[in-house]
Amino acid sequence: MISLLSVSGLRVGFGRNPQANEVVRGVSFDLADGETLAIVGESGSGKSVTALSINRLVDYGGGRITGGSIKLRRADGSTFDLTAAAEPQLTKIRGGEIGMIFQEPMTSLNPVLTIGWQIEESFRLHRGLTGRRATAAAKDALDRVRIPDAARRLKYTPNQLSGGMLQRVMIAMAIACNPRLLIADEPTTALDVTVQAQIMALLAELKQETGMSMIFITHDIGLVAGIADKVMVMQGGEAVEQGALNQILDDPQHPYTRHLLHAVPHFAGGGATRRDAQREKQKAAEPALKVDGLVVRFPVKGGFLSRTSGAVHAVDGVDFELMPGETLAVVGESGSGKSTTARAILGLVRSTRGTISASARKAAAGQSALPVQMVFQNPYGSLNPRLTVENLLAEPVIATGGRITAETRAKMAALLKRVGLPENSLQRYPHEFSGGQRQRLCIARALMLNPSVIVLDEAVSALDVSVQARVLKLLIELQREFGLAYLFISHDMAVVERIAHRIAVIYAGQIVEIGDARSVLSEPKHSYTKQLIAAVPTIDRRHERFELDTRQVPSLVRPLGFEPGPANWQQFGPDHRARVEV
Amino acid sequence: MNYLMRRLATFPLVLLGVSIVVFLAIRMVPGDSITAMLGTEAGLLTPQQRDALAAYFGIDQPWFIQYWRWLLGLFQGNLGISSTYGRPVLDVILEHFPLTLELALLSMVIALLVGMPAGIFAATHNEKLSDLGVRVVAMIGQSTPNFVLALLIIYTLSAGFGVLPAMGEFSPLWQDPLRNLGQLLLPAITLGFAFAASVTRISRSAMLDVLSDDYVRTARSKGVSARGVIWRHALPNALIPVVTLSGIEFGYLLGGAVIVEQIYALPGLGRMVLDAILQRDYALVQGSVLFIAFNFMIVNLLVDLAYVALDPRIRLSEH
Amino acid sequence: MATLRAIFAHPSGRIGGAIVALYLLLAVLGMLGLTPHNPLTQHRVERLHAPDSTYWMGTDLFGRDVASRLMTGIGQSFIVAFFSVAVATLAGTVLGLAAAWFGRRWDGLVMRIMDVVLAFPAILLALLIVAVAGPGTSTSVIAIAIVYTPIFTRVVRGPALSLKAREFVDAARTFGSSAGYIVTRHLLLNLVAPLTVQVTLALAWALLTEAGLSFLGLGTQPPAASLGLMLSDSRNLMETAPWLMIFPGVAIMIGILGFNLLGDALRDVLDPKMRRSIA
Repeated sequence: MISLLSVSGLRVGFGRNPQANEVVRGVSFDLADGETLAIVGESGSGKSVTALSINRLVDYGGGRITGGSIKLRRADGSTFDLTAAAEPQLTKIRGGEIGMIFQEPMTSLNPVLTIGWQIEESFRLHRGLTGRRATAAAKDALDRVRIPDAARRLKYTPNQLSGGMLQRVMIAMAIACNPRLLIADEPTTALDVTVQAQIMALLAELKQETGMSMIFITHDIGLVAGIADKVMVMQGGEAVEQGALNQILDDPQHPYTRHLLHAVPHFAGGGATRRDAQREKQKAAEPALKVDGLVVRFPVKGGFLSRTSGAVHAVDGVDFELMPGETLAVVGESGSGKSTTARAILGLVRSTRGTISASARKAAAGQSALPVQMVFQNPYGSLNPRLTVENLLAEPVIATGGRITAETRAKMAALLKRVGLPENSLQRYPHEFSGGQRQRLCIARALMLNPSVIVLDEAVSALDVSVQARVLKLLIELQREFGLAYLFISHDMAVVERIAHRIAVIYAGQIVEIGDARSVLSEPKHSYTKQLIAAVPTIDRRHERFELDTRQVPSLVRPLGFEPGPANWQQFGPDHRARVEV
Repeated sequence: MNYLMRRLATFPLVLLGVSIVVFLAIRMVPGDSITAMLGTEAGLLTPQQRDALAAYFGIDQPWFIQYWRWLLGLFQGNLGISSTYGRPVLDVILEHFPLTLELALLSMVIALLVGMPAGIFAATHNEKLSDLGVRVVAMIGQSTPNFVLALLIIYTLSAGFGVLPAMGEFSPLWQDPLRNLGQLLLPAITLGFAFAASVTRISRSAMLDVLSDDYVRTARSKGVSARGVIWRHALPNALIPVVTLSGIEFGYLLGGAVIVEQIYALPGLGRMVLDAILQRDYALVQGSVLFIAFNFMIVNLLVDLAYVALDPRIRLSEH
Repeated sequence: MATLRAIFAHPSGRIGGAIVALYLLLAVLGMLGLTPHNPLTQHRVERLHAPDSTYWMGTDLFGRDVASRLMTGIGQSFIVAFFSVAVATLAGTVLGLAAAWFGRRWDGLVMRIMDVVLAFPAILLALLIVAVAGPGTSTSVIAIAIVYTPIFTRVVRGPALSLKAREFVDAARTFGSSAGYIVTRHLLLNLVAPLTVQVTLALAWALLTEAGLSFLGLGTQPPAASLGLMLSDSRNLMETAPWLMIFPGVAIMIGILGFNLLGDALRDVLDPKMRRSIA
């Protein structure tokens, strides 16, 4: 008798000539009943293609299995090779014996059908349930994934639910007919960190309840510790290392596994913060950036004549100071107002109230300067694809009234070299660069105007983990070299820990805790900060239970004229304070 | 209901704009309207008679007062008197409209019955020979002007089979349904051909787009069969662009198929407008253009309603 | 250059490109008077001559050479199509960019005006304009341009709005780039691809409309040659001289087909979204 799933020598290729275009090259693994295998790798490692090959969905993406076998022990005990299966057999296995959940819950559900109908469909297909019995089963399925008020939610269409809720619906649908294997392809990557923790907790609980096996695909090796029994590390289409969880995490053999475990930022609870604190050295110095009482509101229009009925309080009274050479990380989840704060500082959204003052550095004669520059999240979106690198770097100079002289060109070349781009880059277009290189390009562009402050809005979030580490290192070097102050906007605690001197935690448009990075991370005082830190996956928390918290993000829409009460702060150290909670 | 509200609010605004354009366009026609009305006899009028006539028709007033009077007339269903027919414009329009409506409906039925299955078939056989075949036919269909097709059909029938399409006196649907359909079949096929080609192309590309969407993959991962994926998951999403295109094309056809009606000698709205233009029957031109534009806007509004019914996302979105 | 190569590698691009090139050649030759015969000279004795080695496409009721008239007719159609589409492209681009860039009231105003124009079925609007301005070549140009302007406005405004929300425009704002720089470098430069596709498809439609107007006697006026007019004249002679209908009919069809094929190929090559769905 073989294990539940036995993959051996799997090869998958794409295109007209799949043999020549293989992205999975000879992957083998076994999965026993009730076991969870985590497949870890960066983009292009072939981890998702491997997963999609198991239920043969890869066929629909233009992929072909070019070699190997995928043997599944079916419910009746017979063994079945999925690589040789015909479509009618596969439709019975998909959903019935192998369930799957995907990365993007927002787009993975059919937008024009109710979620009730979509869950019922699984019961219709594999259990033959119809009508009221199918509806009842669908309601039970939603209850099972802890969706409150399930009976009413059945009539919702996907656009009426949040990402976290939709992922629960996806899970409900995937496990509706009690498959013996669940494939989860980066199921939490698109979600906020606290929502991620909830989904991970849910998956772990469901696994225990049902005894199903699971294949968990992720780029985040920190995430596997909480859920996996076995780990397989993939790189370039091959499984470079696999073994039991503890063995891989504690005693990695392959250099790439070691690289993933050590070269990549992992959250260390305040143990890995920077030691080059700037605060004490320059007590008297003028701050590079000072934000005072910043408020940003967007009117909410409604009713027949589009009257303003209220306002979204995106940023609701934020103040901080940023000293030269210092990094202040602004941490929060989506909708917390952290990006709006950044955009208001740059003047991209109009602030309703408050002052923002930045001190410009003295520019060399004939050189133009702007005190604050910004690097955006998406390295593919922030560079105009139709302009050459030279034109991209020239834009800030032209915009500030400067001219393109030999000196400017020399500066471009020097900056490109400094951020680690090849010298012949000037005449090339953005699409010729990788994501990490583009982000370096954006950094070089920001430096063209000799800023004293750079706002980094999720600047490394879209990058692969090892690229992320290198860009962070570059940022720290540049900070020291040019005495730059960074306002580092991020949702990622592990990254923040590496770069921040100070941390401001933002929740519902307000800073709830601010202070020295080490003390905020190691001794969080505000309940939200504690929750955020508790949700960060780390390799040290093996099979630790996450607390399941189904709290929803509060609405930021307030009635017209609403003003928040004054903030009460409690001081916890020389540089650490938190809001008093009511 | 935000979207619908906004949509309904701009409707009267655009309609007002349309009426102004129609009104002013006719005023911009060279020559004065008395000459247009009376033809050569206008030359016999004394200046006093002219002024009296102008005062009688109110055309001695500034244009906005004339427009206001015309607008008031519109609300009472008074579009003026046709100089060629000597009857109220609205009566003349309503007499020609049923044929145009029937022809438009028939063409749309043909286009949807042929185009949708062809498009879906091509999309599900993407990059195969059969897909290529459908695409080539659709491309030719879209590139064939309907007047060329009409002439080719008539020529093939007369040269190849010695028959001519039933022209002669037109019989309305309620008098002689069979003869009526016989008369409208060829025109409907002529108009339906290019229409079907457009429907084929748009349903193919919409279907291809939708089939690569994430939720289709989800449906497959649940074990939905190929057929179920197409009919229950992909089609409802792919319908949205098809409905838009069909609505716009249908709206165009409601304005009368000028050339096809002329070739097949059908007394429809399109030919009526053309004759009115050639005869300088400006009251009729003005009234019928407004009527057609109004119909077109109504059809577009219905398309938007269908949109909202088909796609729950639009109900709440801003645009 | 890469785009040209990609179009050439695309099957419909190759066919469409070849057709368009051939028609352009015929049009230029026709306009320069380099036709096999004089398109206006009447050879009374050779009336309704069937196609042979002298008259490749036969002669018409007045003994004029059909092939020569076809060539000048194509030239005539191309002039109308190119001028009208050029005007519509220019007007639509300016209006669409203005609507997208200034937003709010400007956007509302421009788009409502375009809604008014779009409320008329295209052919009807063209007819109305011809009724106002009288039939003729320049009226055809104006009519087709007005009909197509709102379409270009929409084609420009939509993508311009989404480009305006892109991060590279945000970045430009943080440097303080001028509106002119952002509109030309960041918006317009990225609109060249969708505009090229739309221009090609609009040319197909303009050819169709020009032929239709001429067919109805509202476009090019006799004795000048035009494809629509030739077709219209052929109707009563269909049985005795079918070549009078077949050649111009097929010529219109293939011409429009050429632009449609080229437009499709351009869309595949220039629009990355479509390209992805093919790959």
